[in-house]
Amino acid sequence: MIRAAFALFLMAGAGFAETETIISGLSQNRVSITADFDGSEILIYGAVKRETPVPGGPPLEVIVTVEGPPTPVTVRRKDRVAGIWINNAAVRVDSAPSFYAVATTGPLRHILSQTEDLRHQITLDRVIRAVGISSEADNAPDFVQALLRVRQNEDRYRLLSGKVELLEDTLFRTDVVLPANLTEGEYRVRLFLLRGGKVVAKQDRLIGVRKEGLERFIFTMAQEQPLLYGMLSLVMAALAGWGASAAFRLIRV
Amino acid sequence: MQLYLPIAEVSVDAFVILGLGGIVGFLSGMFGVGGGFLITPLLFFIGVPPAVAVATGANQVVASSVSGVLAQLKRKAVDFRMGFVLLAGGIGGSAAGIWVFQQMTRAGQIDLFVQLSYVLFLGGIGAMMFQESLRSLLRTRKAGTPIRRAHTHSWAHGLPLKMKFRTSGLYISVIPPLLVGALVGFLAAIMGVGGGFVMVPAMIYLLGMPTKVVIGTSLFQIIFVTAFTTVMHAVTNQTVDMLLALLLILGGVVGAQIGARVGLRLKAEQLRILLSLLVLAVAMRIAIDLLLRPAELYSVTAGVLP
Repeated sequence: MIRAAFALFLMAGAGFAETETIISGLSQNRVSITADFDGSEILIYGAVKRETPVPGGPPLEVIVTVEGPPTPVTVRRKDRVAGIWINNAAVRVDSAPSFYAVATTGPLRHILSQTEDLRHQITLDRVIRAVGISSEADNAPDFVQALLRVRQNEDRYRLLSGKVELLEDTLFRTDVVLPANLTEGEYRVRLFLLRGGKVVAKQDRLIGVRKEGLERFIFTMAQEQPLLYGMLSLVMAALAGWGASAAFRLIRV
Repeated sequence: MQLYLPIAEVSVDAFVILGLGGIVGFLSGMFGVGGGFLITPLLFFIGVPPAVAVATGANQVVASSVSGVLAQLKRKAVDFRMGFVLLAGGIGGSAAGIWVFQQMTRAGQIDLFVQLSYVLFLGGIGAMMFQESLRSLLRTRKAGTPIRRAHTHSWAHGLPLKMKFRTSGLYISVIPPLLVGALVGFLAAIMGVGGGFVMVPAMIYLLGMPTKVVIGTSLFQIIFVTAFTTVMHAVTNQTVDMLLALLLILGGVVGAQIGARVGLRLKAEQLRILLSLLVLAVAMRIAIDLLLRPAELYSVTAGVLP
């Protein structure tokens, strides 16, 4: 009996999820970091596809997240030791995205329930994996808060509350600005439709961020041919030094 | 004009970097130093990561030293033999410095270590230089007081492994020059500087070299030490930013030539006093950062995925 009810509930859940789906588009699905790269604005837009009329009940809400490639990070705290401020305590966070933006149609705590946040890992507190840090330092949560604060100041982490425009419960769009100090890699865009704090539909997209042209060339060579790269830097320096003195000798005469 | 630096991974204004290179080049041309001690802290200040600033600073010093040594070669003011001895010590010191740099980066204390080196060495040398040049400035005002001899016999003359340095007119043990070279190489790797501000006083006061060959010889060996440092940083840490270096060098070489012209119009003592004040100011600025409570106590370092 209970099993039957559970199966029915699952079916209902599945059916509920399928009544509304997302069709989305990105203004660009690759970002090229070239020499004059100064940040980039990505337009993320979409529509809600339905076979049935707009369901009643709680209003439709949209959350869009953009997540840069995650890395482990070390957060260090300065303390005053013998009169000078030095890095004293450190906490290693297993994984934190290099960039994270959350755009929503309304305040997160109203439109997203705790359990759904836990399941889909939408807010930054859930995205940053900091398991077992409490053993590394006293008041380890302060370090995670500091990580959020520092990266917010660097424009790497952003909460864009109410920045998703939703028209007629069907069309939505938002702009996410990628800063100039961007890290290379695959950026994951996730779109969520929510009703009453529950996710009813979701979709994943990818944006490829790559250095291009001269930037690509220099970066690849520095990584793959470090010796050659170092030598080339020297040749450049020596030529510039010689060239300048030669040029100024000509001017003087 | 915004420019994205491929290794530093920050976007900077190209004209700010050119201007920075120009100002530092001007000062280095005027005072005959590499200018690394100014470039590296200034790069920290505009947001270039310290590791990149140090490695790229070393690359920039190569350019300004080449430019400088060419001018000195014309005057036959380079003691090659002494240069090579200093260099042998320098390579050893530089390798040790790179190793310490890596260890400190791993321990998260590289910023502190670099800053402390700056305060210690710039502060110490600056104070010594200031005191010495003030004294000689006063001495020239009061004519008639006895002038100290350039050659004084010190402990350095009692050591074994003596060698003749004809251009400098010296017959001394190779141990002190090796040690001086090693210290300078170490500083070059840690601080991204050529070490001219350590080398020049050490050559005059410790080794007793005649002043006319000091600058040329110091520049000569700095070229090689900073070149070695640049390549080592490029290989072990991948932190040399070619684009950043190119901009700094372009600004720097032009500034250096102008600075050299201006420098000719000033007296040697006045120049030394100005240089010592500049060195002291940089040291003070960094010391204040260490002493005052920082606005943000926490710092974030991204690691690489294994």
